[in-house]
Amino acid sequence: MNDMNALHVEGLTKSYGAGEPILRGLELTVPAGALAAVLGPSGCGKTTMLRIVAGFLRADEGTVRLGDRLLSGPGVHLPPERRRIGIVPQEGALFPHLSVARNVAFGLTGADRSERRRVTDEMLELVGLAGYGDRMPHELSGGQQQRVALARALAPRPGLVLLDEPFNALDSALRAGVRADVRSALRATGATAVLVTHDQQEALSTADLVAVVRDGRVAQCATPQDLYRRPADPWIAGFVGDAVLLPGTVEGAGTALTALGAVPLAAPPDGLRAGTVLLRPEQLRLTDTDSDGSVRGTVTDVSYYGHDAMVTVAVQGHDTPVGIRVAGPLSVRPGEETGVRVVGEAGLHP
Amino acid sequence: MAGRTRTPSRPPRKPRTADSRPPLVLLVPACVAALFALLPLGYLAVRALERGPAFAWDVVADKRTLDLLGRSLGLTVAVVAACLVLGISLAWLTVRTALPGARAWSVLATLPLAVPSYVAAFAWLSAEPDLAGFGGAALALTLVSFPYVQLPVAAALRGIDPAQEEAARSLGHGPLRTFLRVTLPQLRPAAAGGALLVALYVLSDFGAVSLMRYDTFTRAIHTSYRASFDRTPAAALSVVLVVMTVALVAAEARTRGRAGHARTGTGTARPAVPFALGRWRTLALLWCAAVVAVAVAFPLGTLGYWLAVGSSATWDLGGLAETAWATLGVAAAGAGLTTVLALPVGVIAARHRGRGARLLEQAAYAGHALPGITVALALVFFAVRYAYPLYQQLPLLICAYAVLFLPVAVAATRAAVLQSAPVMEDVARSLGRRPWQVLREVTVPLAAPGVAAGAALTFVVCMKELPATLLLRPTGMDTLATRLWTETGAGSFAAAAPYAAVLILLAAVPSYLLGRHRT
Repeated sequence: MNDMNALHVEGLTKSYGAGEPILRGLELTVPAGALAAVLGPSGCGKTTMLRIVAGFLRADEGTVRLGDRLLSGPGVHLPPERRRIGIVPQEGALFPHLSVARNVAFGLTGADRSERRRVTDEMLELVGLAGYGDRMPHELSGGQQQRVALARALAPRPGLVLLDEPFNALDSALRAGVRADVRSALRATGATAVLVTHDQQEALSTADLVAVVRDGRVAQCATPQDLYRRPADPWIAGFVGDAVLLPGTVEGAGTALTALGAVPLAAPPDGLRAGTVLLRPEQLRLTDTDSDGSVRGTVTDVSYYGHDAMVTVAVQGHDTPVGIRVAGPLSVRPGEETGVRVVGEAGLHP
Repeated sequence: MAGRTRTPSRPPRKPRTADSRPPLVLLVPACVAALFALLPLGYLAVRALERGPAFAWDVVADKRTLDLLGRSLGLTVAVVAACLVLGISLAWLTVRTALPGARAWSVLATLPLAVPSYVAAFAWLSAEPDLAGFGGAALALTLVSFPYVQLPVAAALRGIDPAQEEAARSLGHGPLRTFLRVTLPQLRPAAAGGALLVALYVLSDFGAVSLMRYDTFTRAIHTSYRASFDRTPAAALSVVLVVMTVALVAAEARTRGRAGHARTGTGTARPAVPFALGRWRTLALLWCAAVVAVAVAFPLGTLGYWLAVGSSATWDLGGLAETAWATLGVAAAGAGLTTVLALPVGVIAARHRGRGARLLEQAAYAGHALPGITVALALVFFAVRYAYPLYQQLPLLICAYAVLFLPVAVAATRAAVLQSAPVMEDVARSLGRRPWQVLREVTVPLAAPGVAAGAALTFVVCMKELPATLLLRPTGMDTLATRLWTETGAGSFAAAAPYAAVLILLAAVPSYLLGRHRT
């Protein structure tokens, strides 16, 4: 893979009018051919970043580069039509007055007729809609429209594709399938892609790289696994998944003492004497009340999801109950006494 | 998060901030259209002050002007009051009660909007010539303009969540107290907006007051223009009239803004349970029937009567056909020019924010505040001074239509462009299109049906226009409206009737098509 299509966003700032800045020095690097998710709560600035990269908005400061081409920077603003960046908006936004084939061919201006036809067919095949060219957009389901929107964005062979919450409008049963198809189509063309989303499950399951945006900055950028297992701070930990946060004091070299007992730390405490200990609910186990290495607690609530269940348990020395993910059969009821044991290592945050 | 089936709630859509200025391909023609729309207003001011402010003040402070002011305001107040009673009662009966045939009544009650005021005046005068004067003018204007109150009030009634009224009932309020304390306050913005539209209609009406021989500003301006070579008094009177209408338009815009703020929630969850009328049912039916009878059946019946009694000798079929043809021609030209001018303004109004875009849109709406007679006068002055070859020529009349009806076409274009998501245009840009190509390939094709509907509507209003046509038409040319006005003014009702009938028929075709387009 060449580096022509790597995206480099540096020091992006933007404010609307006299209000609070929405971007405060956002940095993001996406290697060529990778699919990066930009994840953040609504209002964090992720859509603003996307519109600046696409060229619909001008940044106040900062630069946007694709490979060695400068797209936005001091005194430079390449108009959107010259950036070679495809976009897949929410709900697809197909042109309702054009057939599927003409939608896909919309960006193929330089090519001659037969070339246009060939690329259109190829793209429709890529997204699994071969033979749908003569349909009109309103004759397609939501998932099909989203695939056509992707084919339309990919047809001119853009260096970068931006996907703006493209799976939002689809119902959850359809979402996983469309998501997987979109990922394989992106892989097949080798385009770099940025997926903007506020759904952490979508970000973790789809992307090669996840950038969590908070208050107009990237708070952490890592692979999905690193992000989930080693979040940079408790807020990120809670944003990307369920977290059990306990105050703890460092005891010896690699252990913290908490309300759940002594917990081994994944990394040396780095001079910290005390802090917040982070565990995931699947790292906690229910045990017998008098089992070794466990603390006692009272079950306060049970939520059953089918493939697993979330049991909350109040333990002594910690005022909020902790969540425990239990796979397999469930044998506890609210009000019952139980033991809780920690498996694996925890993170420690100041 | 594997265990949770969390449905991601959709984040609120980002307000689209127009970072970029409108492209030149839109901006330049839009500025031309805006200047064009402001030309009469500007020229009127120049002309009125030409002999110095003192002279203008003399005209304005003249006893006759004050007299006219009193008469115009008196008529306005009477018509607005009557329209509020008719409009609110009909809206409530047709929307909220178990009135038999409520839907049919509500449709029938909006038909008078299609009747030009001078046709209503013709109908009443021809039946009872003694009606001429304040009473006749008030009657004719009320019966054509009460739907301006009925329609927004009915919409507001439909928009009130019945749960609010149910909550009031559960808190111990009876039906009447609930209506007065919960429902009525929420109808106030809609009723006020409708009342201001009626007031604007009355102040700028020329047809009904002139046929009813009741002197208001519009009639006095016309008389003064016709009677004397010195046109400054007419201009000064026009300025007074324009100031009044501009104040009304500003007030109307304000109430509209507030109405938007007052609304909570996005609509009704379910329709309200209709109010059982009980023993009032017959009375309610009689009321609706009476209104429809005098506002719709009576003008049509009178027209039919005069068509029947008018012997074929008074029917100049050749003249009728020629007039109809001429009317279609000028109306088509007027609608064409108006639509072309409105297009860039409408697109900018829909797609760009910022002070410049707002100013452009407001300038294009100037015609909304200008009575036809004042626009005509301004164009006459302008042509005589700067473009004499255009004086009493068709292009000037077409321009007057464009100034007057630009708001109609801009509103239609803006609504049509708003129908399609702006993200379509972003996508087209990202696929390599320049702004003007986006306009040609995406924006305009998507908005085309709505723009065409606006053009049809403009065509109808051009066809019915009277005061500007009277002043600006080329010598010897008649439209259906001017001919109807002349014949009615001369008391030849049988001769006027065919023109009224053809006008209503021709205007009905686009209206019918528009209705079908909407449903």
